[in-house]
Amino acid sequence: MGMAEAILLTIATAATPLLLAAIGELVVERSGVLNLGVEGMMLIGAVTGFGVAVTTGSAWLGVFAALIAGALFSLLFAFLALTMVTNQVATGLALTLLGIGVSGMVGEAFVGLPGVKLTNIYIPVLTDLPVVGRLLFGQDPLFYISIALVIGVSWFLFRTRAGLTLRSVGDSHSSAHALGIKVIKIRYLAVMFGGACAGLAGAQLSLVYTPQWIENMTAGRGWIALALVVFASWRPWRVLIGAYLFGAITIVQIYVQGTNLSELSHWPIALFKLAEVVKAIPSQFLSALPYLATIVVLVLISRNKRLTMMNTPASLGQPFVPDR
Amino acid sequence: MTTSLTSSRSDLLDVRGLTKVFGSLTACNRVDLTIRQGEIHALLGENGAGKSTLVKMLFGSLEPNDGQIFWKGQPVRIANPSAARSFGIGMVFQHFSLFEALTAAENIALSLDADSPIHSISERARDLSHSYGLPLDPESLVGDLSVGERQRIEIIRCLLQEPDLIILDEPTSVLTPQEADKLFETLERLRDEGKSILYISHRLDEVKRLCDGATVMRHGKVVAHCDPRKETAASLARMMVGADVVTAHSEPIDLSGAPELLGVRDLSRKPAGPFSIPLKNISLSVRSGEVFGIAGVAGNGQGELFEALSGEAIQERAESIQIRGKAVGRMNISQRRMMGAAFVPEERLGHGAAPRMRLSENLLLTRHATDGRALVGRGGVIKTTAVDAASQRVIKEMDVRKSAPDPEAAALSGGNLQKFIIGRELDRQPTVMVVNQPTWGVDAGAAARIRQALIELARSGSAVLVISQDLDELFEISDAIAVMHNGELSKPIPRAQATFEKIGLLMGGAEPGHADHPEVA
Amino acid sequence: MRIELVKRPGQSKLFSVLSPLIAFGLTIIAGAILFAVLGKNPATALYTYFIEPLTEVWSVHELMIKAAPLILIAVGLSVCFISNNWNIGAEGQFVMGAIVGSLVPVMFPQFQNAALLPLMLVMGMLGGAAYAFIPAFLKARFNTNEILTSLMLVYIAQLFLDWLVRGPWRDPSAMNFPQAPRFSPAATLPELFPADGRANRGFILAIVAALLVWFMMSRALKGFELRVIGQSPRAGRFAGFSSSGIIFFSFLVSGALAGLAGISEVSGAIGRLQPQISPGYGFAAIIVAFLGRLNPLGIVAAGLVLALSYLGGEAAQIAVGVTDKTVRAFQGMLLFFVLACDTFIRYQIRIVPMAPASAKPVEAARGNG
Repeated sequence: MGMAEAILLTIATAATPLLLAAIGELVVERSGVLNLGVEGMMLIGAVTGFGVAVTTGSAWLGVFAALIAGALFSLLFAFLALTMVTNQVATGLALTLLGIGVSGMVGEAFVGLPGVKLTNIYIPVLTDLPVVGRLLFGQDPLFYISIALVIGVSWFLFRTRAGLTLRSVGDSHSSAHALGIKVIKIRYLAVMFGGACAGLAGAQLSLVYTPQWIENMTAGRGWIALALVVFASWRPWRVLIGAYLFGAITIVQIYVQGTNLSELSHWPIALFKLAEVVKAIPSQFLSALPYLATIVVLVLISRNKRLTMMNTPASLGQPFVPDR
Repeated sequence: MTTSLTSSRSDLLDVRGLTKVFGSLTACNRVDLTIRQGEIHALLGENGAGKSTLVKMLFGSLEPNDGQIFWKGQPVRIANPSAARSFGIGMVFQHFSLFEALTAAENIALSLDADSPIHSISERARDLSHSYGLPLDPESLVGDLSVGERQRIEIIRCLLQEPDLIILDEPTSVLTPQEADKLFETLERLRDEGKSILYISHRLDEVKRLCDGATVMRHGKVVAHCDPRKETAASLARMMVGADVVTAHSEPIDLSGAPELLGVRDLSRKPAGPFSIPLKNISLSVRSGEVFGIAGVAGNGQGELFEALSGEAIQERAESIQIRGKAVGRMNISQRRMMGAAFVPEERLGHGAAPRMRLSENLLLTRHATDGRALVGRGGVIKTTAVDAASQRVIKEMDVRKSAPDPEAAALSGGNLQKFIIGRELDRQPTVMVVNQPTWGVDAGAAARIRQALIELARSGSAVLVISQDLDELFEISDAIAVMHNGELSKPIPRAQATFEKIGLLMGGAEPGHADHPEVA
Repeated sequence: MRIELVKRPGQSKLFSVLSPLIAFGLTIIAGAILFAVLGKNPATALYTYFIEPLTEVWSVHELMIKAAPLILIAVGLSVCFISNNWNIGAEGQFVMGAIVGSLVPVMFPQFQNAALLPLMLVMGMLGGAAYAFIPAFLKARFNTNEILTSLMLVYIAQLFLDWLVRGPWRDPSAMNFPQAPRFSPAATLPELFPADGRANRGFILAIVAALLVWFMMSRALKGFELRVIGQSPRAGRFAGFSSSGIIFFSFLVSGALAGLAGISEVSGAIGRLQPQISPGYGFAAIIVAFLGRLNPLGIVAAGLVLALSYLGGEAAQIAVGVTDKTVRAFQGMLLFFVLACDTFIRYQIRIVPMAPASAKPVEAARGNG
């Protein structure tokens, strides 16, 4: 397997947790709710998935448990922000802090334990194809789930009545309520869906990407996922593009840090000189690339005021108290 | 409860003792109402009488605390709008329940319960709109539509349900006189088809023209049932308000030789956002002692004009706006206030006042820079005693009713808050006063008081500019009236020469000085 | 059966005071349950956590050491949050303040006089403020979400510090430990009561900052400006206040205070620059700010409470055998309860049974009506 193929495979693995978390949050925000607790929900999913997988020996049970855990954890947010109408920004932060704390606490027992990896799928003939075989037909199951989710969410939002209703709630919850649409119920469901997706994203980290439990292993991916939703202007297919872009940035800088210059001695002189320069950059600066890229991307997308105004769900983050 | 033996039409809706309480406020107090089949019934009352609350209960948006509703003779419980729709009750809201980022067809689909696909709803909507003379493009984005066009969506989606009773809440408040006539034709046609209409309004001439039955509410209670055709406008008004209505009194004055205090020269402004209206070459002049009225249907640039005048939007050319002869176009709002100008915007809560701040703090909102060291001392320290005193002075002067000594702005009724906001500015004795919708949503008593205050301010030598959608009001207090349409301002017409018809045509955009509006009926 | 919120006509004064107390009480109860689940005696654990640190003088000093940065940062955050500017990057501004404040002692170690410490503190404030300028500028100019930008900058700041102390600023005599040289006495924040414990003047700085900001928020026009812009931006513009001016003001003040906390911590409690200089103060300060109801005086008390939770966690680790990770969990729970209890300030809660049916109601007929 050549280096290019290896890089592409790891890009997909790096992009998948971002994609899972972001597509879930996209649905949440389309319903008008801003849940900043993605990082916390991902950690809960990661620690639950790991713990259940190690205890039962089954990675799939771990994935399933992570999904449930993420959804249940998000219920805390939903109760506070939707029923008790607390400030959504503060509540989301609280969810993240709680998630970091609880996952650290629960995960202490799992530090250093060898993980259970979710095995990649294998389809006879197809997976053995050169180049595309492993790329398209030999990835881990969560990769396929993430792609399926993008297709599913896109179809749901724009081709079904229920999706239209959800979008209307995000556009104007007061108008939706006046029409008899059950705003709070729809938002509860959306938040739980987002929680389940974040749980899956965390499971991917601890059962596929690493697979281990390390405290705070999301390292800011939850926040990047939030930025991706903005970057994608709340459209599912653009979230896919953004996730893979960021996956690429993450992987490329890891490869750069990990490669030995002597391995590249067969490269043409110009490229080799470039590689020398890049290798001279301190590793910390390279590690900072994804975070820098997030800032740049956010600035670029918010500069276009009309795009923002036309696509942002108008009631995003606004408190809603129905009068009955 | 059963069909009356003497009436030729059966009772469609019979409401007995309906009550709704919000905390300590009884919005509806044992209301009785009867509508027969094929009747256009008026629900009369001034702002705050409880009409909207009653009607929301009929449509299932609110749950009554007590009372009974009988529909076609049977007692019913209307649990939610879906239930209301399946009974055959449809409603066109005053404040539209529309989704700006969705198309007209999607908006209509959301209010229908059937699971029919969007494109068939789109077709039916288009056909219905044409047959009733209310043309509508189902694929247009609501955010791009004018107010009148948005109302058509509300009406069409109501009609698609084939209701037996249609409730309309203040439908003409957003229409030109000509568009209102078209609406009345549609309503009369519906009545002839055997439908009933519950028409909520505080416009007495409309009610007299259209309706054959009326229920009058005041302060949450029903005070009369009558036939409007047999009453005069004055008797109806007396029922609504409970006393003889005081209209503001304005003697015509001689303005020759009076200096111009507020001048606008060729003001143009690009649209501020995707749904904003551009302003095109607006010019006007308001002299000392004059009340200058600007008429126009909502959404024709009034808000944009207000922001340009107030300084919330700075102009490129300083001379485009002149206060007391000085070019102020590039000055911000605080600087314009220091020049003696005062501004009252359309939206009370969230713009003219901060809802969760107390009245005294809201006084400071516009007066922190203009009163020298009286309210804010050295180093920016607020003099709370002085601020409280000023606030109490305004409250007393304008007779602001409230339940606590210094309550939050949101706790006041619309009329009382508006009195405070206007009083806050009058207390400064401004040389120039610009007001946008002075009495929107305000009860008759407070409205009369506000209008009188504006006239008196003008007569004391100030220049007053009033932007309003209420033609009656403008005819009551203005010395001259100009009309805004599509961001352009017509030439002013002295009040003595102005008629409703003339102004109405200008509002619809058909007169020299405007491009012909394609939709004029 | 459903829960219904009825808006109060004004803010409930009673609940404004009670809410943090109730929240704390609920956290204690939740903590007791947590300990019981972990198999520890709840009473002993809670005692070790919250009471014991208060019983010894030296540990009260430790309390002040931990509380000082929390209070400093949280006071700055309150200015931001009240004006609806969500500065989540205080942790990064803390780090940058520490770095910039350490510039002189690390790069010019021969500069030793009475002016050194004040210079460091001022530079720390400037460093924090300059770093906070970035998200402020991006929000004011490009309308970019400040939560995400300030947060990304935290990771960048931490990586920058890591590079500095492992690279250019590494102490050659430290035997491969990644750290900068120890600060000289002239560069160290002096202690308050040296005989009894380690508490240093950082605590004084925190109290002074709290008093100054409290005065500004409650008595000065600037405070009024911040509150109006935060609650009703359009009314604020109508008043002639500048939204973008407030963005810069709040972020710069907050950044300066966080930077001051950073250099104080490094020159006082730690004594040198090293890769880890904060156990998450920038984030814990968010909780302090809310627990203190965004009021600087309340924040002083709240800062002490959260400092207590840090100390308690360390003590409980030794005495009860519970992991010190419980600290973060406790803090998260506390914020949750604070937010939930705050609802009671603005709303009354009512449990409403389904509306009573009228006599013999006829349910809506289905189908085209």
